[in-house]
Amino acid sequence: MKIIYTDVLIIGGGLAGLRVATGVKERGHDAVVLTLVPPKRSHSAAAQGGMQASLANCYMGEGDDEDVHFMDTIKGSDWGADQEVARMFTHCAPKAIRELAAWGVPWSRVDRGDHTAIINAKKVTITESDEAHGLITARDFGGTKKWRTCYTSDGTGHSMLYAMDNKAHEDKVEIHERLEAISLLHENGRCYGTIARNLMNGELVAYVSKATTIATGGYGRIYEISTNAIICQGMGQAIALETGVATLGNMEAIQFHPTAIVPVGILTTEGCRGDGGLLLDKDGYRFMPDYEPDKKELASRDVVSRRMTEHMRKGKGAKSHYGDHLWLDITILGREHIEKNLREVKEICENFLGIDPAEEWIPVRPTQHYSMGGIRTTYKGESQTLKGLYSCGEAACWDMHGFNRLGGNSVSETVVSGMLVSEYISDFCDAPESSVNIHSSTVEKFLKTEKEKIEALLTVENGEDAYVLRRAMEKIMMEKVGIFRNGNDLQKAVNELEVLYKRSKNIEVFRSKSRAANPALVNAYRTQRMLKVALTVAYGALLRTESRGAHSREDYPERDDANWLKRTITSWPDEEQTLPTVTYEDIPISKMEFPPGFRGYGKNLTIDHPETTIRQHTVDVIQEELEKEGASRFEIQNALMPFKHRLPEKYQNRNERLNEPLGEEDG
Amino acid sequence: MGERKQGEKLRMLKIDILRFDPHDPDDVPHIDTFEIQEAHGMTLFVALNEIREHHDNSLKFDFVCRAGICGSCSMLVNGKPTLACRTLTKKLDSHITLAPLPLFELIGDLSINTGTWMRGMNERLETWIHDKEQELNVDKLEERMEPELADEIYELDRCIECGCCVAGCGTIQMRPDFAGAVGLNKIARYHLDPRDKRDDKDYYELVGDENGVFGCMTLLGCEDVCPKDLPLQSKIAYLRRMMLRTGLKG
Repeated sequence: MKIIYTDVLIIGGGLAGLRVATGVKERGHDAVVLTLVPPKRSHSAAAQGGMQASLANCYMGEGDDEDVHFMDTIKGSDWGADQEVARMFTHCAPKAIRELAAWGVPWSRVDRGDHTAIINAKKVTITESDEAHGLITARDFGGTKKWRTCYTSDGTGHSMLYAMDNKAHEDKVEIHERLEAISLLHENGRCYGTIARNLMNGELVAYVSKATTIATGGYGRIYEISTNAIICQGMGQAIALETGVATLGNMEAIQFHPTAIVPVGILTTEGCRGDGGLLLDKDGYRFMPDYEPDKKELASRDVVSRRMTEHMRKGKGAKSHYGDHLWLDITILGREHIEKNLREVKEICENFLGIDPAEEWIPVRPTQHYSMGGIRTTYKGESQTLKGLYSCGEAACWDMHGFNRLGGNSVSETVVSGMLVSEYISDFCDAPESSVNIHSSTVEKFLKTEKEKIEALLTVENGEDAYVLRRAMEKIMMEKVGIFRNGNDLQKAVNELEVLYKRSKNIEVFRSKSRAANPALVNAYRTQRMLKVALTVAYGALLRTESRGAHSREDYPERDDANWLKRTITSWPDEEQTLPTVTYEDIPISKMEFPPGFRGYGKNLTIDHPETTIRQHTVDVIQEELEKEGASRFEIQNALMPFKHRLPEKYQNRNERLNEPLGEEDG
Repeated sequence: MGERKQGEKLRMLKIDILRFDPHDPDDVPHIDTFEIQEAHGMTLFVALNEIREHHDNSLKFDFVCRAGICGSCSMLVNGKPTLACRTLTKKLDSHITLAPLPLFELIGDLSINTGTWMRGMNERLETWIHDKEQELNVDKLEERMEPELADEIYELDRCIECGCCVAGCGTIQMRPDFAGAVGLNKIARYHLDPRDKRDDKDYYELVGDENGVFGCMTLLGCEDVCPKDLPLQSKIAYLRRMMLRTGLKG
């Protein structure tokens, strides 16, 4: 039996996982990162357009700060987010980006003087100041009041991930590649690591740790078409669920990105529209201003995706072999701009579509893109129910995105949450309560169980074909748990998925019986787990009889704050059950800094909670009084919803900006 | 505009794959041939998955992003190192040959272990910002950088460590410890970056020998096969001049 001991085990080698690893290393704890692929190949690399941080350096970002970023994030979440977590996030995003700048990310910089930009299909001249020259610049993204999305051309995630992985090299973080965590070690409500399978030789290894972190990203691949990398299969969420103890949050909150190319679903960044690109229909008509006269193409992602779908349903989509689609026109940005700031998009268009996007329109369609839901944690990133289990990044629901994430907030979240959670984990590891009290015979038992499961899978005969089940699941999710949802379809989806799940217990690994590298075996056990994850999404969506953010019910078009201002909590306590257990957690209005309101898209269909007006009144009074007294924005914020005490001390300080220099006391 | 190009002729594809499972004591390297129907916009990613799903589920290969971004799927396509995911079948003959990239450890069939090689290279060349003097204060404004310089660094930072340049390299066949274009490009990248405080001498220590920039025989297979079109030739030449200067100053 092979057992590897470490202080902090991190499952997942993307941006979030690596940032946790370097953070705990700095605090003197050992760390091992388990990853399916070399870290630089993680899905973080695919983030194109940028990272939100309210630096306020560029002209169109002037006046930006944490407050504006916070309000945008909460509005974007359709008030589903945890506001204290969103505050912690917006406060730390400038710190995280500055850290990455020091670690080598070649962020695109402010260039003094006049520049031509395209705003609302018109050429305008923007003049950047001397003062800001050489600082990190930003571009426009959907659902934001300011230009806040910092970038390196459209390879932002790539540059961030490379800098982060290089930093991990420097810090001598131990990284075990091609190892897949297949089950969490836990006993008496405490997590002690994982059983992992080596994907190259099939060996099972037990990793025993004080703290275990799941940073495995989202679960987009339960859908037939997704912008996600093919490894984003929700295995982190699944193994957490399979403990029967850890819970998942808001699994039904699934984001569809407006502009993935047709048919393969590869992303073209929101930066295309942020930089001035337009959405056109089959007649070349720009339709978004008709639906959203204010924000147009730069409405929040959920809104744009719905409007595009509506427009196609009216017969305005262009036809293709692979169904209807719309057009993304970036030709108006000019070749020079495209070749400098949208070069990945250009390469993708050339390689996968055979077109030159400086000359031709890009065929696009809304496509599954992001998982707002994930492993439910406290603001410290720790599972609410399984001690010693942590999660951060897209894998987690701590919950800063609520029911819709803003573009540019995901890579930002990875590094901010990694930075913070590594501190909380280190605090935990420093405390005596973190000592490992699991008996080696228990570890052995877990190892044996996993070994037997794999042996059993390999011996099934006349069983089910994993591919058949998986394709059926993907189709159900696409057709019945998509952008627009309704009770009938969702009920069918749940029923059908439940049948598939039951069938998946009898999967046969055809022909390929190798215990070493064996894609058929991997597909078999992952399909079983993906079905569980799919059920949490579909069942949560069925039960939530309202529309909030990306969860849009045709039969319940209102955002029902009176009944549904709550988080969906999913668990799987009994291995024999075939549907997840769903409970809810209230989101208290009485503590909100920014009480629920109208997002400003379409008609206001909110069913108000009685407490909303009360809280709004309290907020208004506090704000007015403090303003009269000449209080600073920080003092007002603190009076409304204190959050700084939750941050690690080293990250509590104010952020310097050109118009907000640090005083003596802030230094 | 408005109509997509349609009516491309779909063919029956014959795909020869060089296969070997090092974990199977009875296996020997051999070619398996699969016939599949071409589809519109089909890439080798689609084709290989179809083979795995419908013909042989034991076929091993590596895809992650399937968008030409992550560098996982490099293999020999008709003998040439390239990214399979973004290779459209319509650009190839109907008879296609696939083999794993040479020089890297074989996991099985088309799946290779580039991770260990790249990690070794990165550790050896210390491909990170060296700046021990400055205590980072994340509350303060970031250090400024000229916009053009940031763009130039990004240009070299675009390398995806796919290993195509290593597989296309003549030198490495003779000198297994050669840093390869991927490694030399990284040195050029950090050399350009003012945040990295290493001086020419430090770099000379790392690549001022036959396993570094003086080993390159200037065959430039690397630049021919680089899927990101990195300016490898000019960067290696630049590094060599710089190293020569440093070496002579000695």
